[in-house]
Amino acid sequence: MPLNLVARRLASSLAGRHPALFERLGEQASKTFVIDPTDLPFVFLLEPRPEGPRLVAARREAAGAWDARVAGPLAALIGLVHGAYDGDALFFSHDLVIEGDTEAVLALRNAIDNEEIDLVDEVFAPLGPLAALVAAPARRLAALLGGLTGVALTRGAGGSLA
Amino acid sequence: MTQGRFGLTVGPLLFNWPADRFADFYARLADEAPVDRVVIGESVCSKREPFREECLGPAIERLERAGKRVVLASLTLVTLERERRAARELFAQTQREVEIDDLTLMNLLPQGAPFAVGPMINVYNEPTLGYLARKGARRFCLPPELPFASVAILARAAAGFGVGVELWAYGRMPLAISGRCYHARVHGLSKDSCQFVCDRDADGLAVRTADGTDFLAINGVQTLSHKYANLAGDLDRLAGAGVTSLRLSPHSGDFIAVTRAFARAAAGEIAPREAVEQVRAAVPDAAFTNGFLFGDRGAAPLPAA
Amino acid sequence: MTSPGSLELVCPAGTPAAFRTAVEAGAHAVYCGFNDETNARNFPGLNFSRAEMADSIGFAHRHGAKVLIAVNTFPRAGAFELWTRAVDDAAGMQADAVILADLGLLDYAATTHPALRLHVSVQAAAANADAIAFYARNFGVRRVVLPRVLSVQEIAAINRDIDIETEVFIFGGLCVMAEGRCSLSSYATGKSPNMNGACSPASHVEYREEGGDLVSRIGGFAIHRVKAGQAAPYPTLCKGSFEAGDYRGHVFEDPVSLDAASLIPQLAAAGVTALKIEGRQRSRAYTQSVVRSFRRALDALAAGRPVPAGELRALTEGQRTTSGAYNKTWR
Repeated sequence: MPLNLVARRLASSLAGRHPALFERLGEQASKTFVIDPTDLPFVFLLEPRPEGPRLVAARREAAGAWDARVAGPLAALIGLVHGAYDGDALFFSHDLVIEGDTEAVLALRNAIDNEEIDLVDEVFAPLGPLAALVAAPARRLAALLGGLTGVALTRGAGGSLA
Repeated sequence: MTQGRFGLTVGPLLFNWPADRFADFYARLADEAPVDRVVIGESVCSKREPFREECLGPAIERLERAGKRVVLASLTLVTLERERRAARELFAQTQREVEIDDLTLMNLLPQGAPFAVGPMINVYNEPTLGYLARKGARRFCLPPELPFASVAILARAAAGFGVGVELWAYGRMPLAISGRCYHARVHGLSKDSCQFVCDRDADGLAVRTADGTDFLAINGVQTLSHKYANLAGDLDRLAGAGVTSLRLSPHSGDFIAVTRAFARAAAGEIAPREAVEQVRAAVPDAAFTNGFLFGDRGAAPLPAA
Repeated sequence: MTSPGSLELVCPAGTPAAFRTAVEAGAHAVYCGFNDETNARNFPGLNFSRAEMADSIGFAHRHGAKVLIAVNTFPRAGAFELWTRAVDDAAGMQADAVILADLGLLDYAATTHPALRLHVSVQAAAANADAIAFYARNFGVRRVVLPRVLSVQEIAAINRDIDIETEVFIFGGLCVMAEGRCSLSSYATGKSPNMNGACSPASHVEYREEGGDLVSRIGGFAIHRVKAGQAAPYPTLCKGSFEAGDYRGHVFEDPVSLDAASLIPQLAAAGVTALKIEGRQRSRAYTQSVVRSFRRALDALAAGRPVPAGELRALTEGQRTTSGAYNKTWR
């Protein structure tokens, strides 16, 4: 599945299934975030507007203007979204680097942490009943990737820190 | 001897000056400073008290002979048994008012005894001010971090209770108090064997950032602002808001000249800009601020008049 | 005095998800606040709407956990109603207690809601038996959260002198100043813990690469300078690296956090009722592992087994911990 389709699905799923995320962001929802998985050749641009959130992949050098940037290994970023890792602990250990508007990053981190997001679920949610059909193999693939990267790509039950 | 619109109060000396310097300071204050009230006694560290015992009594007597109203200071952070005992003893005498700077003393206060409230008591709103006023508080030196809008509301409320509000008008502002002694820490000592190294810094020890910017000053267990409050240029709006007195906190430099500049400004004899300049002339090395009241933060530079 | 087996574990929650996590991980009580300036962790994206709070209280009560609502900033002059409304709503939602710091608000709560259990917040810095007796006598408070300036011996002495409960911090961020009596943040940024519920706020934090170093500033004041790629702690003002005379380094406190797990038996023997974990601003992941670990420790203590310690270090700032003022040499 092309990257930008995944990103679009994720954005619309968040809008439909996690309205509280945007409420929690408050005025920070007007900011533009760069999510930068440093071990991948591209970055994600996130504009978490309540009326229509946007998430697109872009080449790192074509990211354009942003308010805040969160950079780190993909594994750490996904672990953060899934609530498997603590953002402060990652930051203290320098696995994550924050640039620009620290307050916006903090708000985003707190808002996401409250939503108990499972990325695989979010991407396939728009498929409705079909989701179960597609999600299962995707989940297996994700588990395989998880094994390689050392982080769970699906949230699973009761994940905890090492 | 209220100076026009304001009473002038000299706050307790915050620093660990040697006994002779302490005695000289209060002698000159008694003889030369145009102030009404002097709050005197150790408010920062109880370990310093034994050094003060001998010179405190004579200083109080001299101030009172000179017609100053003397108020007894108390500790800002009371934890030890002997500190609680000392606090109790403050109320054993009844001829002088006590300024409480820790709510511990509210439990020791004799029923109905009048008292003053110091700047480290958290008075942020009218109900808290009213609560303490009903318990006998006569005067409030408000927390230095309050913005002007809050001061104006509190001054109005205080007037309703027939009590006065005072602002920290001159000197480094107390920003924090701790169980840990930073003077001892930066000298590699523990608090229990501190060798009283805080006596080396007459106005506190400067704390600078890694790139050399002046930021704070440490004074034993107390942390102060690097900048000195200087409200000499703001007296019109303070009077308009109903502030009744100004606190001048002792520092080295020509402190008597500072008290005179404030007295003239309080009486309306000199213009605000002139008042600020007279204070500056008395302590040429100090950086000034009125940022908590009128700026966007406590460290904001004093705006050009 | 409580018996060691009955120590209560009081856990933080900054979001409803963290709240559920804390309860499921074994919290006896959860503390949290409304999403406004009435509580001392008024951070972006954090805290509870009225509806979220009511739901969370229901969840806790169904699971046998208590809810303590912190209304522990000092009400702004002219805006007292914002704070009284928080107390009224907490009472209306059947919160098990409110945690208050302001005298005026304590007076209001004691008068208006005589059945509501009142705790004195650490922000009130009640550091001795007289201060605590003042709150107990005048407002009928049932518990005091002790400031982090006391040694274990001093805590034991306080508990001998008072007849209300004490709660102490056991893990998490460490204030080096007496709480509720610090305006460093207000001086540097204009945002005050006492008035705005914010200390060293992220809105005033700036990280910048300068000559191969990563410099963190708050309110324009440089707090840390580390080689790029090294761990850079959050620039909390009192944990910064400064110069004072000939001294270069952490004048106030190293970037450490509190871990007093090894002192649990002594704190229990000192008569403490409840142990508090700091970190309403931390994630669910933090909440889950810290609460679980401390619940295990309390269960071990109750069963007479040794208390495991040190396993939480990865969650702490700068990876180092201290037992703070509980050991007298800290001073």
